Amino acid sequence: MKITYTAEEESFRQSVRAFVEAELDPGTRKKVLNGLNMSKQDYVGWHGKLATRGWSCPHWPQEHGGAGWSPMQHFIFDEETSNAGAPGMMPFGPDMVAPVIWTFGNEEQKKQHLPGILSGEVWWCQGYSEPNSGSDLASLRTKAERQGDHYIVNGGKTWTTLAQWADWMFCLTRTDSSGKKQEGITFLLIDMKTPGISVHPIITMEGGHEVNQVIFDNVKVPVANRIGEENKGWTYAKFLLGYERSGMAGIPQAKRALARLRAIAADQEDADGTLAENPRFRRKMSDVEIQIVTLEATMLKLLAQQVQGKTPGPEASFIKIRGTEIDQLLTELTMEAVGPYVAPFAPEALDTGWNEEPIGPDYAAPVAPGYFNTRKVTIYGGSNEIQKNIIAKHVLGL
Amino acid sequence: MLSFDLTDEQQLLKDSVERFIERSYPFDKRRASSKSDEGFSREHWKQFADLGWLAVGLPEEQGGFGGAREVAVLMEAFGRGLVTEPWLASVLLAGGTIARAGSAEQQEELLGALIAGESVMAFAHGEPKSRYDIARVETTAKKAGDGWKLDGHKAVVLNGDAADRLVVSARTAGKARDKEGISLFVVDPKAGGVEVRGYPTNDGGRAAEVKLSGAAGTLLGAEGKAYAVIEETIDRAAAAVCAESLGLMDVLNAMTLDYSKTREQFGQKIGAFQALQHRMADMFVALEEARSLADVYMADVDSDDLAERQRAVSALKVQCDKSARKVGQEAIQLHGGIAMTDDYQASHYFKRLSIIARQFGDVDWHLDRYAALTQ
Ligand SMILES: Cc1cc2nc3c(=O)[nH]c(=O)nc-3n(C[C@H](O)[C@H](O)[C@H](O)COP(=O)(O)OP(=O)(O)OC[C@H]3O[C@@H](n4cnc5c(N)ncnc54)[C@H](O)[C@@H]3O)c2cc1C
Ligand SMILES: Cc1cc2nc3c(=O)[nH]c(=O)nc-3n(C[C@H](O)[C@H](O)[C@H](O)COP(=O)(O)OP(=O)(O)OC[C@H]3O[C@@H](n4cnc5c(N)ncnc54)[C@H](O)[C@@H]3O)c2cc1C
Repeated sequence: MKITYTAEEESFRQSVRAFVEAELDPGTRKKVLNGLNMSKQDYVGWHGKLATRGWSCPHWPQEHGGAGWSPMQHFIFDEETSNAGAPGMMPFGPDMVAPVIWTFGNEEQKKQHLPGILSGEVWWCQGYSEPNSGSDLASLRTKAERQGDHYIVNGGKTWTTLAQWADWMFCLTRTDSSGKKQEGITFLLIDMKTPGISVHPIITMEGGHEVNQVIFDNVKVPVANRIGEENKGWTYAKFLLGYERSGMAGIPQAKRALARLRAIAADQEDADGTLAENPRFRRKMSDVEIQIVTLEATMLKLLAQQVQGKTPGPEASFIKIRGTEIDQLLTELTMEAVGPYVAPFAPEALDTGWNEEPIGPDYAAPVAPGYFNTRKVTIYGGSNEIQKNIIAKHVLGL
Repeated sequence: MLSFDLTDEQQLLKDSVERFIERSYPFDKRRASSKSDEGFSREHWKQFADLGWLAVGLPEEQGGFGGAREVAVLMEAFGRGLVTEPWLASVLLAGGTIARAGSAEQQEELLGALIAGESVMAFAHGEPKSRYDIARVETTAKKAGDGWKLDGHKAVVLNGDAADRLVVSARTAGKARDKEGISLFVVDPKAGGVEVRGYPTNDGGRAAEVKLSGAAGTLLGAEGKAYAVIEETIDRAAAAVCAESLGLMDVLNAMTLDYSKTREQFGQKIGAFQALQHRMADMFVALEEARSLADVYMADVDSDDLAERQRAVSALKVQCDKSARKVGQEAIQLHGGIAMTDDYQASHYFKRLSIIARQFGDVDWHLDRYAALTQ
């Protein structure tokens, strides 16, 4: 597709470009473009800069701080920020809990929570999964018992991404086990500083710490922190999952990963020239590029609907499936491009300030860890098998 | 000759190594030795020597025994145990090269110590820009008095930091990518002009970057004629990691199947979901295909007919890597989050398979070679 831009769109692009140029921290930018470890400050710092311009959560309704852009402006913004190496938005606050709060929360809750999410000052985590409740989320057992003005929460969540950085958690709890499992769930907002909460790291296979087990031991949560009605949490939870899935296309990230792959291929020498000149490898890169633009076309259509106020429906499952498959394909092709130098394990090389001589090419160190870590994307956010079940049931009517 | 059955001796070897892995190589021990300075246990290495495994694939005159099938028996079991001891680096790569290239005296001196477990060696051939191109040797060796001086950089030398002897390829004539003019040398890594930078690898092993600047080397075999020897070494290593991958895949399939029979979601075992049953059926087929090919073609790795050997090795590497990709990725997916963790064994098997796919030629490299041989 040859997109033609209006003069206003072109000038919007220029203003985004100039903003990023002026405001994006060079250290953060370097980490993003080279796949190095990010700190909390990298995300929060950039989010804060965007907030001062009113661009931190542009897709929100304008009354809550959204930018009121056209779909094309969102597209341009994503493209510009991503090309420049700006960090992605952390999904938990802006993309996940915020829509729940403005749709189902009361005025107090909107006032209390939306500004902190918009400004980036408050970091959220998602307390859904439990050891025995993954795909079958509705079977969750973390218990919330009513005692006067409080719920007393006991139990535990697992796989909680970046709970170690979180100020608040949105959490699904069991308040009734007498009926259908979906009918006894309550959606609570929990301050992570509340006594009785402990966070225990889970190390993933590449050696990173991004997920945690969170244990609740008699944690007192004010009833005022409940979203909507008691025992109706499943409705809110599922509403949120739709947003979660549609956020998973990751087009700008995929384009950036493809650009990095092309650069690596151009540096790797093959029998007759570089890998980037090898016709077979070129075809592989083109194949993934076509997959990306195909998904992008789908996203553009979806975005147009979302801007008109439609909440994402079951088609979001398709976005999640394809977006994650593309992510995985890209990390795998990057492994292939780097070749034997994927073997060295050099986690220290991913930290800022490390400036020893790299082992092999300087782009090699994050490649295998990236491939390993990216196996998660077809598992989390509703596994791809669950997404296919959803398509089968709710789209195909099987 | 077509024979799928193991000989009695091969069966004995298989029983002994499988028993060892099962009884004496628990995962927590492996994990601890993998994280140690050398990345493996010297105590295990001594046991390997006592059990005779350090002689497998080496010449009978030096006390060795067996060929590609014996190597495969050993490597498959090593795959099951995720063994990190430097058998591949030391015995197959370095020892095998010495056996093919070295003089009788060199063999006796070097292989004797190797088989006895007194020495660990490594094979320093690949270079920063060589990828899988065997002839791309830019390290040089120049005559200096009675000996040679080597200059260059050897990349991802498996167990290079534990070795007391390095077998190094270097160019004595011609230019990078010429098959002619490559020679082999024995280098003492403790001597001057050798810098060994060891590091852990993503599969739980270790490797090193080896930088040579005027390092002293002793010529191994005929000057300028090492290409064919090195090519055979790489072929044998490729076949060996294929066998290893069979063991790795077998464990992953068993773990996945087992987990699917215990993990419950939606009030039933996840193994009851047909969507997953078909995937596990595919994983089973992938392993059986690789195993069948290995059973029939592994013996061809010993063939004197170069084209026959290379076709067999390339077919094996293509099929095993493809099967391993399927089994490895699906094993993680079908487990769900649990297999993403460092604590869960499946992730370590998956990582080893992922690295094998980038060793001794990847799928495309072997497909190209196979295609060229079939024209
Ligand atoms: C890195 C990472 C980060 C995560 N972050 C968070 C987070 O921040 N917050 C949070 O709450 N959760 C998080 N999760 C949890 C994630 O959502 C779960 O892992 C996911 O829901 C799958 O659950 P499970 O791991 O228990 O696997 P299981 O549900 O046990 O699934 C095992 C396998 O069975 C399959 N399966 C299950 N049911 C069916 C079915 N009906 N039909 C066919 N196949 C089926 C699955 O697809 C999978 O392949 C994270 C997970 C990971 C790995
Ligand atoms: C952090 C997190 C994120 C998640 N993200 C999503 C998401 O984006 N979308 C999503 O829908 N789920 C997601 N899940 C999982 C999820 O919420 C539930 O799996 C799903 O929504 C369950 O719906 P339900 O319990 O009402 O069961 P149902 O609607 O009754 O069905 C449960 C699922 O299991 C399948 N199923 C049930 N019984 C069988 C059977 N006998 N054979 C085969 N399949 C069967 C159904 O097809 C369906 O997909 C997520 C879970 C976590 C922890």
